Amino acid sequence: MYGKGIAALSAATVVTLVGAFALVFFWAPNDADQGFVQKIFYLHVPMAIVALCGFVAGGIFAIQHLRTRDAVYDLKSYVAIHLSLILAIGVLVTGSIWAKAAWGHWWLWDEPTLVSFLIVFLLYATYQPLRFSIEDRERQARYASVFAITAGAFVPLNFLAVRLAEAYTHPRVLSATGGAMPGDMRLTFLVTIVGMALLFVTLWRFEMAAKHTRARVSALRRRLDGDADNPVLRRSAAPTI
Amino acid sequence: MRVAAAILRKELRLELRTFESIPGMALFSVTTFVVFHFGLNRATVAGDLAAGILVVTILFAGMLGLNRLYVADEEQGGFDGFLLAPVDRTWLFVAKAVALFGYLTVLEIVAVPAFAFLLLGPGIGQALPGLIVVLALVNAGFAIIAALVGALAVRTRARDLVGPLIALPLLVPVVIGAAEALEPLLLEGGAAVLPVRWLLVLGLYDLVFGLLAIAVFDPLLED
Repeated sequence: MYGKGIAALSAATVVTLVGAFALVFFWAPNDADQGFVQKIFYLHVPMAIVALCGFVAGGIFAIQHLRTRDAVYDLKSYVAIHLSLILAIGVLVTGSIWAKAAWGHWWLWDEPTLVSFLIVFLLYATYQPLRFSIEDRERQARYASVFAITAGAFVPLNFLAVRLAEAYTHPRVLSATGGAMPGDMRLTFLVTIVGMALLFVTLWRFEMAAKHTRARVSALRRRLDGDADNPVLRRSAAPTI
Repeated sequence: MRVAAAILRKELRLELRTFESIPGMALFSVTTFVVFHFGLNRATVAGDLAAGILVVTILFAGMLGLNRLYVADEEQGGFDGFLLAPVDRTWLFVAKAVALFGYLTVLEIVAVPAFAFLLLGPGIGQALPGLIVVLALVNAGFAIIAALVGALAVRTRARDLVGPLIALPLLVPVVIGAAEALEPLLLEGGAAVLPVRWLLVLGLYDLVFGLLAIAVFDPLLED
């Protein structure tokens, strides 16, 4: 059921992303101050926004899991957080490269957005070890949901605290004034955000479909072997359905 | 409320009989000051450095309390007994958080004079009222996070690892708020005005996570 429409979605993702990066390289003007290097902005910022939204989405799925106790929501939350973690590594790497190019340092502590992102990343990096160290599957799902809700609420509060604490060297991309970007840059930026969000949704759907299929295959295989009643209990961080 | 009071009485009685948490935490904090003295190679500290050392020491000493908070309940059937009783499970969280708040307060009654005696350059007298306000907010935030994360971690296989690993990033806003709020209190030239902004940040953190922890605590205790 997660495979339905996935081909069209993938096509839309590819078209949007290719279009977005065509805009980035051939249409959007070079930054007057930083030159060509500034183009990494169109990769770094959309990834960061999508990753944070993915973390929050993981928290929302976790709320639904605790409400309904349906293991599917745990799986949804797990996949969202898992993908966001991968994106988050990309954000830290591209952010570091950009910081080196623009400010001359690989890492800047007086840079609230990068620092708060690192803290969020470190927090979510404990999600998988937490799951892995609980053997009982049902308890693993419940505890992971409690973690996902707490951490999801932590994301905005952490950004608030770090931003208050630091100087303002990081550009405010989504400020009330629209970040003072010229029109063509802003349009390119919005297209890259849409492309990155589509990429996230597509990967999420693929992963959900793959996990579902794998669960069904192993259930069928167990039935073929005649031991449907005692499922194989392997230790794993991934939820089972 | 009566339930929370009963659990709290049990916690305090247990601590008074076994002395499992508080003496260890207090000793750890004093040792940490000595370690900081040699690690930084400084006879006295002031300002931001003093604020940082105090906050970090209390944070790490508190981690010992976090790790021990639910161990007796898990190992000696306290959870099972509690689940059999027809009471709201949230009270366990409230009682544990209040108990830990108390432990941290006792810890600070030892650690702050030790800090003033061993490391702090400027006198502590002038800073004391502000210090008490900030540390009370820090204790509340720490107790809330620790009572939640402790319950999350105690039934995992690597509980001593998982607890601090989750709690430390969650407590970074508390560290920021406390360090920024304490810095002007511990300046070389005497205490400056307490920055209200950081008290508000700490208060907001305590409020948000207090409500959140009460909301999500129940599912941790179901089996």
